[in-house]
Amino acid sequence: MSKNPEFVKFDKVDKSYDGKVLVVKDLQLDIAEGEFITMLGPSGSGKTTCLMMLAGFETPTNGEILLDGNIISNIPPHKRGIGMVFQNYALFPHMTVYENLAFPLRVRKMEKNEIDKKVDKALSMVSLNGFETRMPGQLSGGQQQRVAVARALVFDPAVVLMDEPLGALDKNLRESMQYEIKHIHESIGVTVVYVTHDQSEALTMSNRIAVFNDGKVQQLSNPSELYEKPVNSFVAEFIGENNTFNGEVSDISGEKCKVKLSNGEILASAISVKSKGEQTTVSLRPERALIEPGETMDNMFSGKVEEVIYHGDHTRVRINLLGNPEFILKVPNSTSNLELKVKQDIKIGWNSSDARALDPK
Amino acid sequence: MSSETRQILTTDGIPLEVSLKKAEKKNKIKAFLLVAPLLLFLFITYVFPIGEMFTRSVDDRMVTNMLPKTFKAMESWDGKELPPEEVFTAFYSDFKFLVENETQGKLGQRLNKEKNGFNTITKKLMRLIKRNKIDESQSIKEQIMKIHKRWANVEYWQAIKRTAPPYTMAKYLKGMDMYFAADGSIAQVDEDRRIHRILWLRTLEIALFVTIFCFLMGYPIAHLLATLPMKYSNLLMICVLLPFWTSLLVRTASWMILLQTQGVVNDFFVMIGLVADDNRPTMMYNKVGTYVAMTQILLPFMVLPLYSVMKTISPSLMRAGKSLGGTPFVAFWKVYFPLTIPGIGAGCLLVFILAIGYYITPALVGGASGTLISNQIAYHMKATLDWSFASAMGLMLLSGVLVIYWVYNKLVGVDNIKLG
Repeated sequence: MSKNPEFVKFDKVDKSYDGKVLVVKDLQLDIAEGEFITMLGPSGSGKTTCLMMLAGFETPTNGEILLDGNIISNIPPHKRGIGMVFQNYALFPHMTVYENLAFPLRVRKMEKNEIDKKVDKALSMVSLNGFETRMPGQLSGGQQQRVAVARALVFDPAVVLMDEPLGALDKNLRESMQYEIKHIHESIGVTVVYVTHDQSEALTMSNRIAVFNDGKVQQLSNPSELYEKPVNSFVAEFIGENNTFNGEVSDISGEKCKVKLSNGEILASAISVKSKGEQTTVSLRPERALIEPGETMDNMFSGKVEEVIYHGDHTRVRINLLGNPEFILKVPNSTSNLELKVKQDIKIGWNSSDARALDPK
Repeated sequence: MSSETRQILTTDGIPLEVSLKKAEKKNKIKAFLLVAPLLLFLFITYVFPIGEMFTRSVDDRMVTNMLPKTFKAMESWDGKELPPEEVFTAFYSDFKFLVENETQGKLGQRLNKEKNGFNTITKKLMRLIKRNKIDESQSIKEQIMKIHKRWANVEYWQAIKRTAPPYTMAKYLKGMDMYFAADGSIAQVDEDRRIHRILWLRTLEIALFVTIFCFLMGYPIAHLLATLPMKYSNLLMICVLLPFWTSLLVRTASWMILLQTQGVVNDFFVMIGLVADDNRPTMMYNKVGTYVAMTQILLPFMVLPLYSVMKTISPSLMRAGKSLGGTPFVAFWKVYFPLTIPGIGAGCLLVFILAIGYYITPALVGGASGTLISNQIAYHMKATLDWSFASAMGLMLLSGVLVIYWVYNKLVGVDNIKLG
């Protein structure tokens, strides 16, 4: 079976609630069949609005949404056949777990024994067999979450939408649920559109991530590319930790460029700078800068240690470097750890390929 | 080591359990003292009056206290033929005492209720006693029987004997259009005089329909209130509550202005040509007026509990219902509606119970066909001064409400009620 690369398609979608501000601007997004795609962004970035438009609870102001080639903008939510997991689970509190799961099947007028079979299958998928007669109020948060997932999947929808489904769970449970949802997705191959503002959740679970800001998709790529190769300074800031230098391009040759800072000059990869004299923000991941590097790197500077914070598996070191007092370094916890002291002067080095000259902030 | 079984002691050697209990006891007393004024208040204003009402409704000691010797003498009388000489003598001596204290009038009235005609003959007897026309050395029986032929009628003496027990259920029977017949059995009053049963049924009917109207009108309003954005819902809430803050009398009076034959509503109907000018419908002093005014007045009692319940229902539940494939109606009926049942229960119970005892509005706009049992109670309290009958009907109303509450508890469960 060939997968449709445009199974869900947002075609030039605009959305405005009040006619003045566009919450979603000219959204162009294709989601492949069977893909796990995450919409990631700060609150108010338009990601939930996109999800609601796909579910049918909001209508696009402009543009069309297509599902498997059919325009669905005018189809009411209950005819779209899209499963949805809500932020607060939205389990029906007056129905048992069985009745909750049977609801979508009953409204589809299925036979009783077929309903039983499907409910049983869905419950075993989330390993909740034997909970059929419980009321949602008698379940823990994690169990309720799993019932919500099972309910969204029990009627074999083509697409499942998840709106920050793990937001209410504690950290450990959230992590185990992330893997569980990922495994369910892998085993049944349903298309999942997942909304979250938690970047680590997005990085763990998704095939692709669409980073939203200001009603626009800033970058759409797989997790590693998103982390390693952010295309603009918003994405670089939003995903993971980041050290930045603001400066002016003083020389550019091919993929490399020189950036002049207020007190120094660094080498970086030219990503979104084109010519000399442009303002730029250089972004560097904390783990890519090394203390006292053995090999030679094309950026070597010395700075003063301002703060050392022990984090268990690593130590965070804040250094005043090139006029940036907030330069962060992560030193992995190993036996050969350097003894770092505050006010000590140390050498820092990184490769220009890891420093990305992006748009100015 | 079995530390679980060893007794834990506090530092001064008292077992921890004992000192904890002591501390708790202090708190309990404090808590009780805090609610004690309220308990006392409730007792004085609620339990005590209801108890007083109950004794009043069954109290029949007046005759017993007025004719002590008579009833003592009557104990040996079989009640089939005219009583013997001793009964007459005892009655004469009791009655004479009453005449001397000028309280015989009450007895006459009371006995007249038991059997018509007593008033006349007791008054005659009183006049003779006052003029000292009774010769105590002669047979009292003969003299009394001569005063009026009714004194020689055994039925009148049977009536006196029937008033002997200090307590009676007669008022309750009267409230249901029944009475104790001469032989002590329970009989129905003539069909054309059965007014109370009609009133009870009408009260139930009006309360039921007012509840239904309130529900039909209140449910959408409450839903709107719960789902509208704050700035609109506050305004709407004020609209719902505004009548609540207006005097009941003013609101009823304004309905009178609206509904009367030459009133605003009728004028409007004539204006748009719905009815002819000389054929205006009567909307007041009948059931229509009672329905309209009571529904409007009781509406907030339906809206508020519904609103408070609906406010707690997450809008994502309806969305979930729709996204799972339910049409908007199915999502409403299977998901939203069952969740509002606690509010419906509270609202309906509140409106029904208030409506069943409603007084002012039906009195003002009800007319003859729109008055309720409470108007009858008020009538007996103010006009006939038959307080024991009014108490009996009040208690019947109260027990009716308790029965409804009990049935509701059996059907829905009172724990399910949510007022806020």
